Amino acid sequence: MQSAITSPLALNLARSQFGFTIAFHIMFPAFSIGLASYLAVLELMWLKTQNQVYLDAYKYWLKIFAVVFAIGVVSGLVMAYEVGANWSGYSNKAGPILGPLLAYETLTAFFLEAGFLGIMLFGLKRVGPRLHFAATALVSIGTLISASWILSANSWMQTPQGYTIGPHGVFVPVNWWKIIFNPTFPYEWLHMVTAAYLATAFAVGAVGAFHLLRHKDNPVSRLMLSMAMWMAAIVAPIQGLIGDSAGREVWKSQPAKLAAMEGDFHTRAGQALHLFGWPDRALGRLLYDLKVPDLGSLIITHSMHGTVQGLDAFPEKNWPVLVTTFWGFRIMVGLWAVMVAVGLYSLWLRYRRRLYEARRFHRIVASCGPIGFITIIAGWTVTETGRQPWTVYGVLRTAQSVSPLSVGEVLWSFGIIIVLYCVVFGTGIRYILAMMAREPQTGEPEPSGDKPLRTYGPQGLHDPDATVNSAE
Amino acid sequence: MLNAHTLPIIWGCIMAFVIFAYVTLDGFDLGVGILFGVEPMREDRDVMVNSIAPVWDGNETWLVLGGSGLYGAFPVAYSVILPSVYLLVITMLMGLILRGVSFEFRFRATTERQRHLWDYGFFGGSVVAAFCQGVILGGVLQGTRIAHQQFAGGTFDWLSGFSIFTGIAVVLGYALLGATWLVWRTEGELQRRVRRHAKVLGIVMLALILVVSLWTPTLDPSFAHRWFSFPGIFITGLAPLAVIALGYAFFRTLARDTEAHHDKTPFLCALGMFFVSFLGLGYSLYPNIVPPTLTIWQAASPVSSQIFLLVGAVVMIPIIIGYNIFAYSIFHGKVEAGAHYH
Ligand code: HDD
Ligand code: HEM
Ligand code: HEM
Repeated sequence: MQSAITSPLALNLARSQFGFTIAFHIMFPAFSIGLASYLAVLELMWLKTQNQVYLDAYKYWLKIFAVVFAIGVVSGLVMAYEVGANWSGYSNKAGPILGPLLAYETLTAFFLEAGFLGIMLFGLKRVGPRLHFAATALVSIGTLISASWILSANSWMQTPQGYTIGPHGVFVPVNWWKIIFNPTFPYEWLHMVTAAYLATAFAVGAVGAFHLLRHKDNPVSRLMLSMAMWMAAIVAPIQGLIGDSAGREVWKSQPAKLAAMEGDFHTRAGQALHLFGWPDRALGRLLYDLKVPDLGSLIITHSMHGTVQGLDAFPEKNWPVLVTTFWGFRIMVGLWAVMVAVGLYSLWLRYRRRLYEARRFHRIVASCGPIGFITIIAGWTVTETGRQPWTVYGVLRTAQSVSPLSVGEVLWSFGIIIVLYCVVFGTGIRYILAMMAREPQTGEPEPSGDKPLRTYGPQGLHDPDATVNSAE
Repeated sequence: MLNAHTLPIIWGCIMAFVIFAYVTLDGFDLGVGILFGVEPMREDRDVMVNSIAPVWDGNETWLVLGGSGLYGAFPVAYSVILPSVYLLVITMLMGLILRGVSFEFRFRATTERQRHLWDYGFFGGSVVAAFCQGVILGGVLQGTRIAHQQFAGGTFDWLSGFSIFTGIAVVLGYALLGATWLVWRTEGELQRRVRRHAKVLGIVMLALILVVSLWTPTLDPSFAHRWFSFPGIFITGLAPLAVIALGYAFFRTLARDTEAHHDKTPFLCALGMFFVSFLGLGYSLYPNIVPPTLTIWQAASPVSSQIFLLVGAVVMIPIIIGYNIFAYSIFHGKVEAGAHYH
């Protein structure tokens, strides 16, 4: 009945607005998931070895973490209310299942992070190194718990189970275990957390490499590059394997999404792998198709002659958004290949003992800073636009999920959101980049210095090093 | 014991607690931001921000729990209220974004001018967020049109003299919380000035409580009936007494500026006034969650959802309160100028 009130234009605006805000949000939690774990490792290494270089790296990234986290929190707050504001049909019916999952996320993760963040940022002097490390570790555990609940919620929307439909078409939970551990959950969790680590590794590595280009002896920059490149070399290939299993699960549970990802319009044995193309909905085929025969089936079914369903196996009204699903997937896998290549290159340089000298490599790594985040957005675009036209796959349509909103309301709010996000978060990103552009110093102030860390800026007004920096 | 009748009542109490926790905790954070409007000095502003910097994030998390708890326990209310006050909610969120990032950004600013801009952001964001929260409260109180479990009204249904008034009331109420918080956490010249602000705001608060108490019963006959008939008349009688007692303690301890151990009492009294008003509000509403017609039972999620979530709430909320007290205690004491913690 709400779809009668809400026009298709308002629906599409609401979808775009939601996609914009959540795509923006996800970059920051991804960065804080990665950075929190990285900070915990650095502080642990410092406690164990008492080597100053770990503490320097810790303090360097802690300041950046504070800003990243703040943006993650406020952009996440928007999500918590936008779900109800834009998708009241969906909240009304799926709320009994998704609401408790999100509330558990708040109870078990957000409070934990927020509660110990203050100590992590300001408390080194007040609580001593050990308790301070505990705070860092709790914050990083909090980010992982948070990812678990939200990914459980999202993967349930992909592969819903453990419920019955009650009065008014409401989802009534029957088995919470099945709801939380639904079939796509393990893949989403592993794949997303790994993605967060990889994205962070490439950001950290880029900062290290950037500063090595100026001063190749800075031990802190060296540490950053080295740790990041171990991550790239080891974890990027593993991410390919996880992604492959995720793809096979999609093949089983959401075959129409898989067909759109692959660009297969026709069901056949021995599907080709389409490297390039433009899926055309009206013509029902892939334009400008550049393909490798049989490879598609080999990757998906692990057999050259396996049968893979094409879009023709499904009524057109159940087709996902074709272009974004198809291209999002190619961007993700393409950038993954870049990550693997960078990782292998670093191994080769290590073997030649030239990791800290190879300037061309440093330039490459420095320019790869954002690729992890772009890959994450691409991957989520595949997942979410590939789920269309459903919000709860196969059960609840997106058109039934939307709130009774007028075009004017959504247009207005979308306008305000875009302007504010660009101005506010644009500035935030500039500050983050400015902090990254500041070279890490050896022997930054002792942890017992009695100023809160928050008052040190890139060349912030309160920064005791500011004059040193500008004198350089 | 735990069934379709009792569970919504339990959840109603939990949600009331969560909302109250949010209103008072983030209330003083937002109040500090609102007081930026009358405290222009850079040094003072640094102290003011530092008094809340380690805790504001945890305070705001109660708002997230408010949203997700409502979503999980009363999905119908969640999906009716949010579209009904759509523009207000989005505007409130934008206000909270501005004030949330300003904490960090004003310290990252590279020029005095930029920092000044973020100070405006902190002030403006706090005022906008507080005002929208108040208007939402007023809008919900005056009633929402519902059909088939969905909001069935228009974009500006919430707009009225009453809702604008509650918006202003919440801004001033938060400012009072902020001022008394600062009386507690600061010293010297700044403390003397916030004491004066608190005095003025205390008087204003009492007046606002009076007006809202007289205005609310006129919105809906059921409110009036509840307040002025037996046994409600007892509560109607008690509430003003409680407010008067709290007000007396408030002004007395506020005046004793030489006795440092009294510095936190005005804050606690202000909390008490909020608490009494809040109880009165809950009493007017119960058992409706979205007046005039949607009750907590109609809005509730299935028993299996409410029980599942109840386990988490009962286990986690005490733990959360525990480590929040721990975090507050680490940053106890007065905040000195020059951004030192001792
Ligand atoms: C650094 C990030 C990153 C990298 C290198 C990859 N992915 Fe990915 N991918 C993501 C980051 C990501 C993601 C953003 O995190 C997604 C979105 C949803 C999810 O769980 O992970 C995702 C989703 C996602 C999905 C959709 C799952 C669904 O719809 O339920 C598939 C099939 C793959 N990926 C497959 C791959 C393959 C085959 C890769 C490489 C060979 C690959 N991914 C590399
Ligand atoms: C963080 C990474 C995510 C990104 C980048 C993302 C992106 C998107 C995009 C682009 C859309 C619009 C799709 C369309 O309408 O064509 C969308 C829809 C939606 N997503 Fe996600 N999403 C993410 C995670 C999640 C999670 C974790 C949840 C649930 C808890 C979620 C719930 C929804 C809902 C309810 C809709 C609206 C209905 C719909 O259009 O299907 N998303 N998302
Ligand atoms: C509909 C989707 C989503 C909603 C409603 C949502 C909601 C929120 C909220 C309210 C916060 C602020 C918490 C606080 O006050 O501390 C937050 C932060 C966070 N979110 Fe999201 N979120 C969504 C998508 C995601 C996704 C897809 C992930 C990751 C896989 C994620 C991971 C996090 C993490 C780790 C934080 C902690 C803050 C930070 O680390 O910056 N969220 N989210």
